[in-house]
Amino acid sequence: MGKYVELNASNFDETIKNGVVMVDFWAPWCGPCRMIAPVIDELANEYEGKATIAKVNTDEEQDIAIRFGIRSIPTILFFKDGQLVDQMIGAASKDVFKQKLDALLG
Amino acid sequence: MLDLAIVGGGPAGLTAGLYATRGGLKNVVMYEKGMPGGQITQSSEVENYPGVCKVVTGMELMECWPEQCMRFGLKHEMKEVKRVKKEKNFILELGNGETVKAKSVIVATGSTPKRAGFEGEDEFLGRGVSTCATCDGFFYKDKEVAVLGGGDTALEESLYLANICSKVYLIHRRDQFRAAPATVQRVKNNPKIEFILNAKVKKAYGNNMGLEGVIIDQQGKEIDLKVPGLFVFVGMNVNNSVLKQEDSSFLCEVNEWGEVIVDLKMRTNIPGLFAAGDIRVDASKQVVCAAADGATAALSAISFVRES
Repeated sequence: MGKYVELNASNFDETIKNGVVMVDFWAPWCGPCRMIAPVIDELANEYEGKATIAKVNTDEEQDIAIRFGIRSIPTILFFKDGQLVDQMIGAASKDVFKQKLDALLG
Repeated sequence: MLDLAIVGGGPAGLTAGLYATRGGLKNVVMYEKGMPGGQITQSSEVENYPGVCKVVTGMELMECWPEQCMRFGLKHEMKEVKRVKKEKNFILELGNGETVKAKSVIVATGSTPKRAGFEGEDEFLGRGVSTCATCDGFFYKDKEVAVLGGGDTALEESLYLANICSKVYLIHRRDQFRAAPATVQRVKNNPKIEFILNAKVKKAYGNNMGLEGVIIDQQGKEIDLKVPGLFVFVGMNVNNSVLKQEDSSFLCEVNEWGEVIVDLKMRTNIPGLFAAGDIRVDASKQVVCAAADGATAALSAISFVRES
């Protein structure tokens, strides 16, 4: 069973460097973040081996949040080979995330 | 075919599921695109849900609802419902292209924060303009922010932000507040909250990193308020898009604000279709009322399914 990658200052750049990576910026106190948490879990499972599904706890990793100018959570960033290619703000359905991922996987 | 499909997983949808399954309906699915809980999970403080005597966050209040409500067989599917149609039975069109048939439907899709309508609001939404203080207040720790609105949510969230931020400017278009008197008094007593009354936001401005400030019109006088965060709480719009048909008419009767017209049993004018919570006409927009609506709608759905 695939699991999302928990990102921090030491593994962030290494993780986003290759392939398609979806990063969910969240925090424990955020209702909409909690709402999409099970969706992120399912995506991590379904896209195992195809795309990397990752999370940044903005409460603990404030520097990464600042680096990407995150001012609202959940914010979801999509990277392809290290480049930021798309982003979404706020909760959305699994189908919407899948469409974004599938488009990037081409 | 489902006995009952419930669209929405907030207090109304969850309670409807609890009552429907405990009341004997077998095939009941609640559609909610993620973790159930609803908008109340964004609330920083709940002190008026009877029986919960401690002051809790919205998230704490909702913590055990899904478990309790699914104890009698309610199923939760993390799928988005795009549209509810009626042929012989009800047909739910899902976001992934699937369709599901149901004998009865309870629509409990709630509401979404309204936009205030000023220039730059959409441009800076999520980049300085926010509708969730518990989510985003943290990003403005020890900074000055503004709140727009004069109702309960605006004032309660101003108090929440005052605990985190160095200052909160409360912008309101009148000089009186609709919020509960107890809340108004707490806001007035808070030294970190400054009122800007009889005023509206004209424009939000900033750069590619986000919001830098807002221009306020206070009875013809322009004020340039340099704040990186503006929290907008100016009411809600009901989420009625699932009821919109291909020809853009609504499946059942709605009023001029798009709120679903129901009777005291939460029945719409379409037999087998019920509405509960914020989406219905004259909703009090309280968790306790939404939960009660859900229970009523479920009991009506049980009668409908048994009789049909």
